[in-house]
Amino acid sequence: MTTTTNAPPPMPATTSGAHARALPRRVATAVGAQNTSLIGALIVVVGTFAWLDDGYLTTANMTVIGDTVAVTGLLAVVQTVVIICGALDISVGSQAGIASVVSAMAFTSTDGNAALGILAAIGVGIAAGVVNGVVIVYGRVNPVIATLATLAAYKGVAQLLAGGRAQGYVLGDDFFIFVARGKILGLSVQIWTLFVVAVAVHILLKYTDIGRNIYAIGGNDTAARLAGININKYLVAVYALAGVVAAIAGVILTARTGSGQPTSGSEGLELKAITAAALGGCALKGGKGGIGGTLLAVFLLGALENGLNVVGVNSFWQNVAQGALLVVAVVIQQRRNGERAVGLPT
Amino acid sequence: MALSPTPAPPPASDPVLELRGINKSFGAVHVLRDVDLSVYEGQVTALVGDNGAGKSTLVKCIGGIHTADSGEYFFDGAPVTVNSPRDASDLGVEIVYQDLALCDNLDIVQNMFLGRERRRGWVLDEDSMEQIAEETLAGLSVRTVTSIRQRVSSLSGGQRQTVAIAKAVLWNSKVVVLDEPTAALGVSQTAQVLELVRRLADNGLAVVLISHNMNDVFAVADRIAVLYLGRTAAQVSTSEITHSQIVELITSGQTEALGPGAGRNGVNR
Repeated sequence: MTTTTNAPPPMPATTSGAHARALPRRVATAVGAQNTSLIGALIVVVGTFAWLDDGYLTTANMTVIGDTVAVTGLLAVVQTVVIICGALDISVGSQAGIASVVSAMAFTSTDGNAALGILAAIGVGIAAGVVNGVVIVYGRVNPVIATLATLAAYKGVAQLLAGGRAQGYVLGDDFFIFVARGKILGLSVQIWTLFVVAVAVHILLKYTDIGRNIYAIGGNDTAARLAGININKYLVAVYALAGVVAAIAGVILTARTGSGQPTSGSEGLELKAITAAALGGCALKGGKGGIGGTLLAVFLLGALENGLNVVGVNSFWQNVAQGALLVVAVVIQQRRNGERAVGLPT
Repeated sequence: MALSPTPAPPPASDPVLELRGINKSFGAVHVLRDVDLSVYEGQVTALVGDNGAGKSTLVKCIGGIHTADSGEYFFDGAPVTVNSPRDASDLGVEIVYQDLALCDNLDIVQNMFLGRERRRGWVLDEDSMEQIAEETLAGLSVRTVTSIRQRVSSLSGGQRQTVAIAKAVLWNSKVVVLDEPTAALGVSQTAQVLELVRRLADNGLAVVLISHNMNDVFAVADRIAVLYLGRTAAQVSTSEITHSQIVELITSGQTEALGPGAGRNGVNR
């Protein structure tokens, strides 16, 4: 530095230089190209709206974003698992709707027992998920058609149960108040719920043989079957898991609005969940994807939606933006896979 | 380990796997008629026959995907029943299917342990799986694979075949059935895979090689079993038969040199 005679030999200099270059690259490999671009997009979106509106990057608004994405995030996390299997669950929003109604009605009819309300909702979620799985596996119905059908059917069931209006009132109960407004370490209970579910599903996918088999089923179901994996059991179980998580989302909706909502709050969630999963790097033909990417995409969508609201963009345009985003996400994915433009896509 | 290097075993006297009088029909189609097959440790038994001769069906009966309508299945001299792929792998019989049954989205280790992952508690034991996979590949003298954490989709046809074979020998298997392992490969990759097939037998496994390519068969096989229209046309040592006689057996079910009537009764030498 100060003396030229004692210049360090070039060898260590180059190795330390290589080291310094290797570290970011190693971090980049661990995060993945998909997630890196998502983080980049998130920074651009947040930066743009913060520049456009001073109120955007405030703690209050960030909390709003967090609470908005909690329900979507739960459904997107579980949608990721379904998509990794090579399937799709369009009915998650309707399942959340049923669960919301059931939780409030069970709560009211048991004279304010929150635990029973939640258990009833989860039970209904499992049942709805198992019906999906059984129709798909044993009825041999394409997952898109089957869950499109149950999307409508479950919505109808929720409306019938609720008589077409909001049911029950839960915000006299401490537990529901806690879910709706509680905070732990400065973060809302809703965000913590998303966090806990996401971590649990991530561990399931990455560190257990169950998760490994789920990836195998999505990658090559024949190979999975020949390896002795009971594919039918797995698919029904995955749809049941989707039902359970949708039920948790439904309970959050109930707490948030104070009553069981058959449709408001849960309609359109399936599109957001699928968009987030696709944007997060899930291959719609199965076998590829992860919770990290999906969560980043959920936050990206949340930040975008909130930002468009803050700067006053017509909400009709937001629907257009959301649909376009799903198409763009899948187009990018297919391009990256080198899919040839011949006939129907696989 | 299945692949601890053992000295070349003496010519086996008793077959490790033996099928006697296997019949299998699909509806009105009688695919296998009284098929016999003997497979010996330390030997490559080639199973040849024209399209539709029943090779694939026979393999599926061995592997437990189909159950034979009648006939006997002996393993190590004892009669056994094999009704599912699990039954076959429990005996130590592994099949490498023609389409390989690998998951492109998983890496080599994950594919080798597919459906039989090792766990520590309820978490996957990646380290031990990686180590065993590495040992198995080393035991097969496989040097074509650079990283065992590579995705299978990035491998060449020969490397994929190698992974599929390594997966089959990982499980202390005694019999490995290879369905057309060289069908889709180029010249040098075919040579590599055939070398690997030979090495399996030299390591003491019983290998069944299904092939359409007579050069491959004569290059590695110790014995040849010929199927003709669902019957065993012959089971002979490779040294006792010529190229053209095998072709004759495949196409007509009999050959002059082995005596008339070979097609009807089967020749066993």
